[in-house]
Amino acid sequence: MFHVAPTTRKRKVRIATTSLSGCFGCHMSLLDIDERLLALAEIAEFDRSPITDIKHCGPCDIAIVEGGVCNAENVHVLRELRANAKVLVALGACAVNGGLPAQRNHVDVGECLARVYTHRSEGQAGAVPNDPELPLLLDKVHPINEVVRVDYFVPGCPPSGDAIWKYLTDLIDGRIPRLEHPMLHFD
Amino acid sequence: MTKAAGHHPTELDVVLARHGRDRLRLVQILREAQEIEGWIPPETVAAIARALDIGVGEVESTLEFYSFFYRRPRGAYVVLFSDNITDRMLGNRSIFDHLARRFGVRRGEVSSDGLVSLDYCSCTGLCDQGPAILVNGVAIPKMTLARADQIHDLIRSKVPITAWPKEFFQIDHNIRRADMLLGSPFVPGSALKAAIAMGPEAFLVEVKRSNLRGRGGAGFTTGVKWEAAKKAQGDERFIVCNADEGEPGTFKDRVLMQYYPERVIEGMALAGFVTGARSGLIYLRGEYLYLKTPLEEKFAELRAGRLLGRNILGVEGFDFDVEIHMGAGAYICGEETALIESLEGKAGRPRIRPPFPVVCGYKNKPTVVNNVETLCKVTEIALQGGATYEGYGTKQSTGTKILSVSGDVERPGIYEFPFGVRVNQVLDEAGARNPKAVQISGASGACLGIREFGRRVAFEDVPTAGAFMVFGEDRDMFEVARNFAHFFAHESCGFCTPCRVGTAIQAKLMDKIANGHGTQYEMAELTHLREVMRAGSHCGLGQTAGAAIADTIGKFREDYEKRLAHKDFEPAFDLDAALARARSVSGRDDAASHILDHA
Repeated sequence: MFHVAPTTRKRKVRIATTSLSGCFGCHMSLLDIDERLLALAEIAEFDRSPITDIKHCGPCDIAIVEGGVCNAENVHVLRELRANAKVLVALGACAVNGGLPAQRNHVDVGECLARVYTHRSEGQAGAVPNDPELPLLLDKVHPINEVVRVDYFVPGCPPSGDAIWKYLTDLIDGRIPRLEHPMLHFD
Repeated sequence: MTKAAGHHPTELDVVLARHGRDRLRLVQILREAQEIEGWIPPETVAAIARALDIGVGEVESTLEFYSFFYRRPRGAYVVLFSDNITDRMLGNRSIFDHLARRFGVRRGEVSSDGLVSLDYCSCTGLCDQGPAILVNGVAIPKMTLARADQIHDLIRSKVPITAWPKEFFQIDHNIRRADMLLGSPFVPGSALKAAIAMGPEAFLVEVKRSNLRGRGGAGFTTGVKWEAAKKAQGDERFIVCNADEGEPGTFKDRVLMQYYPERVIEGMALAGFVTGARSGLIYLRGEYLYLKTPLEEKFAELRAGRLLGRNILGVEGFDFDVEIHMGAGAYICGEETALIESLEGKAGRPRIRPPFPVVCGYKNKPTVVNNVETLCKVTEIALQGGATYEGYGTKQSTGTKILSVSGDVERPGIYEFPFGVRVNQVLDEAGARNPKAVQISGASGACLGIREFGRRVAFEDVPTAGAFMVFGEDRDMFEVARNFAHFFAHESCGFCTPCRVGTAIQAKLMDKIANGHGTQYEMAELTHLREVMRAGSHCGLGQTAGAAIADTIGKFREDYEKRLAHKDFEPAFDLDAALARARSVSGRDDAASHILDHA
């Protein structure tokens, strides 16, 4: 059974979440806390997050970041979260290590873009898109701790719903977050 | 040394036959096989694997491990610059750059004509007469721009190294202060005669009475070690002389082996006499290749004088002989169990202890591993008795200790002091120039600041394996620590994660600070990392790899602070530069295609 210190809390904890260069799997895993979402809603509220669709975050207590940093927009989003959050968490393999998207680090990003956009199979010559609306790719995918200061790392691909729940409740209740071996055991 | 091209099965066969196709001799086989073509091509690896009846992977595991084994063609002349901090202080970098420019070759590359390759290597033990280089494994001290030009011309005209001016290879002993060991004359055989007269049991009692402690740094009591090996179960025992003097800033063993070889070898025979071992192995670091032939000539001389070989000095059944195993550029092999792995032809990865080598060492037989200096000291005990050590040195550290003094001093070189000498006194005698720090016992040792110069060199205060590097008031202690950080990242054996990953992260953090992108965050990370490595590493390398950084952060924080960016955090890479490639292929240069940091 879980336990969350109940309603004497003066103000709800404000949480922002984002998925940078990830697959949203970690966010799906967050939803896997299932009915405990209701308990979470008792004590927490969401700022910028795919759950709320708020575009820019304000001051908040916890920022949860899924995914690594692969483009210019990721950098801006990540920095905005860092600037506004008291505690910033790298959630899952991509945020922690770069993960699957970092597999492209073996390939030159210029060649990669050229291969995709200019060598069309239909024979028509294309060009690499140059619309300023599009986030520009960095030459390598980086774990988020290479761009901002990170307070906690929660590993896993994705971390289980239980692990996320344990982590969040520890943090909110003022304990040092601690994931025992079974929660870090992925096979 | 290098032949034109092609495979030379006959030469390789000679090498394999010389070593009896013994898997345990793989490091020696690879060393000699490499001399055929200057590198080890895949077909040689396959041929060695077939001949030794082991997998190609096993050969490669050893081959990959050592810095002085090459899997790609090298220049006919391989020039390696020693890159210890003392070499840097003497200007090795500008000489390297000069030579690289003249040859038109970059670090780690081979010139297009295959003539020369140029690189840096770890400390070569010539800190008192640097900057030093190795050319095809042979040491040349006191490099200058003028000498670099001469070497350039010799290489360009393809003069074989053996025909180079002899004075290039002149290595001085620089003995500045002699005491009990360095100052006493020694007649080869006298210590053995004295020990034989006493008998092994009584001699062991003398060694124990002296309370002699190992001079390699750890300070284990020699008599206890010998006794343990003597009592251990085994049909065969070994005496190993640890001459893998790889600790940056240490060079006393080189002097002992060059100028006092009879003492070293006789010390090994004495250990054999006490423990019953019949074989001695000198594990000589690859950087000291030039000592190999003189030592082997000395073996022959001693055999002729019946001081080595069968029935030594006519004592029936006292057989003891010595041979040299060459290392191949791996600092970790100074750790005794890694050294034994290397003796057995494997990668030098430290074993799990216990069992200790005295019970289960070389070939899983009882093995005594002693430092060069320790073995010299036992000849003193044989001649003068253990009681002479009483009242010499300190209570827990008896006798004298040889220090290798280098850095900002008027008289760098070898100093023998009784244990307990104050750091100040060593500095005075060596003529230190406004010292602000002393790095004692090498990169893995302790960094002392001015307030600690009254401390004593002894196991109970500041223990040392012998290195004593002095830094003057203008030196930047951050650069000293960064040099050591890269040394450890290069020398980590890769076996355990805290050390393999930790030393690499540590070096990167130091580089980040050096490049002006460090913040308080990096400082905290360094401190945290040092604790993880200290607590989690498998052997002493990882446990001490953060020591110099921790010490310099504690005592010379200003050398770090002046480099820190006053920000909460600095990215690990240049964000805008990371967008350059995508900007160029998309042809964009709008505001959104840049990340310009304001601060």
